[in-house]
Amino acid sequence: MAVKGHKLCCPTATYGGERLLRHKSILIDFQDGGNVRRYFGRKLLIYALTFFLAVTIDWLIPRFMPGNPIANMLSRATVNVENAQVMYDYFARVFGLDLPIWQQYLNFWIALFHGDLGISVYLFPTPVTTVLMRAVPYDAFLLIPSILLSWYAGNKFGAFAARSKWLDNTISPLGYVLTATPYMWLGILFAWFLGIVLDIFPIAGAYSFQMRPHLSLVFIGSVLQHWFLPFASLFLVGFGGQAIGMRNMIIYELEADYSHYLEALGAPRSLIRKYAFRNAILPQITGLALSLGVIVAGALVTEVVFSYPGIGYLLLAAIQNQDYFLIQGCFLFIIIGVLLANFIIDIVYVIIDPRTRRGMTGETA
Amino acid sequence: MKKQKKKSEFLYFTLRNRKLRIGLTIVLFFLVLSFIGPMLARNAPFAYVNPNGAQPPSSKYWFGTTFFGQDVFAQFVHGLRATFLVGIVGGGIGTLIGILVGFTAGYRGGMVDEVLNILTNIVLVIPTLAVLLIIAAYLEVRSIPMECIFIGFTAWPWTARAIRAQTFSLRTREFVDLARMSGMKSFKIIFTEIAPNMMSYLVMAFILQFGGAILNAATLDFIGLGPTNAISLGLMMQYAVLWGALQLGSWWWFIPPGLAITTIVGALYIMNVGLDEVFNPKLREM
Repeated sequence: MAVKGHKLCCPTATYGGERLLRHKSILIDFQDGGNVRRYFGRKLLIYALTFFLAVTIDWLIPRFMPGNPIANMLSRATVNVENAQVMYDYFARVFGLDLPIWQQYLNFWIALFHGDLGISVYLFPTPVTTVLMRAVPYDAFLLIPSILLSWYAGNKFGAFAARSKWLDNTISPLGYVLTATPYMWLGILFAWFLGIVLDIFPIAGAYSFQMRPHLSLVFIGSVLQHWFLPFASLFLVGFGGQAIGMRNMIIYELEADYSHYLEALGAPRSLIRKYAFRNAILPQITGLALSLGVIVAGALVTEVVFSYPGIGYLLLAAIQNQDYFLIQGCFLFIIIGVLLANFIIDIVYVIIDPRTRRGMTGETA
Repeated sequence: MKKQKKKSEFLYFTLRNRKLRIGLTIVLFFLVLSFIGPMLARNAPFAYVNPNGAQPPSSKYWFGTTFFGQDVFAQFVHGLRATFLVGIVGGGIGTLIGILVGFTAGYRGGMVDEVLNILTNIVLVIPTLAVLLIIAAYLEVRSIPMECIFIGFTAWPWTARAIRAQTFSLRTREFVDLARMSGMKSFKIIFTEIAPNMMSYLVMAFILQFGGAILNAATLDFIGLGPTNAISLGLMMQYAVLWGALQLGSWWWFIPPGLAITTIVGALYIMNVGLDEVFNPKLREM
């Protein structure tokens, strides 16, 4: 059935699927060898095109979808009569529906570069950029630790699982179940069991409602307490995916020629594993970049469960209030965040992989 | 003769593989439940049947009732149907686009490959949910088939990449060259010479797309952009959280939908590992 030399050996896991079905060549191919300048040139081109496309979608959809968003927005927003009139004029002007299409498009870009994403209806009259800027620190505080820690711990644990059949049979199924868990459900279970039934953790907000943000141990303690459950649910789901990914990569590396050669030379198993681990780390970095979209989606719903005031929570409010400017702003912020993270991962990849620096081409499909 | 032997051998390893057996049983169980469940349910999913509001599971309401007195079991089985529909149709569309793009890019190579590759990378980098969100937010009426289409159209890139890489390694083989020399059309070469050699890969890609579509739909539903005229497992969880099921301790409202999703997707993943072992003899002993 399988073609000779057709290595199907390494389906690895996170739930977009991108890493469940992969083998090394796909990931190497994504990073695409070559010298550093070419590598970054290509990447930046793709990111620039992506950003362009995203902004275009952001502009296009409100204008070409059926229905009248302005009327919709105003009918949902509970404002008094004179405010409604002001808002209607404002929106009509911002949408600039009387201008020619290309002019509208150009104006959209100009406004964007001035940091003007419109004014929130739900939090009228705060500009969308301000609203989002307030939320971003919470997202960073939640996402960065959970991504880095789950990646680190998952890799360590996955490499450990590949050691013996017994470990593999106990750890791998756990990894698969974790990576199959919808983020919000794990969050709901935590919030219900640890938050309500056992009453150990608070389940709403980023700090206690009785407090005002200030610098003191009590306040920091409250922030950490509120942070822990959303962090833990993001961490666990990510951990499962990373562990499975690493486990599969290690098994693939242990089947490689160099491992067999080392074995034939009589090298100790620990040395072979060390080499396998180092080789498996590179595709794991690419894998992390590919799963960022899924992780961000996970963070959005986790914030909804815990009423954690990041972009996900804002987004829910924006959707419920039909606050289209805020929805569009959230969309752009998410895209920019993911592109930035991708770019950082690219830099890390170049630092770690000596081949990209020396202009050697990696193995290609 | 030879073909028949091969088939029975395949069947033998399929049935012998424990992971595949377990995964398949679980998925089939839920599939059957989604078919017969709505007939067993005595109430419509949104009907307010219990005047007492939220009540734990009982002989009358097998999974209890919601805050509004709706039958959780009825919602659950109808939601299960939606889940399978999104998985099969959404995952199917995603796989199909991935196959088309992957085959075209991998077989043609050159400029076509370059352009498709850039397109694939762009869609790969964009967070799927963000795009779904902006589209769904502007639609006043949303249905499950629409959700399937959106999910399918944003989930294909990784499949396209995987299939492109496979096609790349197959297209220079002797038998493909031979077919080309005999004057076969590219389209025919792809589907009669290349595709059958990576059938296992395609099946596995579909299974993963299936699971991914279910999780994507749950996320979209949970954030308030699910179907406006139907019930789904993600919507059940959203209602449960919005209407204070956590604070009221109505665990029967939010545990079944999440548990079903986790079990189905987990079973699909395990099935995939099993299939991998069946198709790839090298992995069997591990």
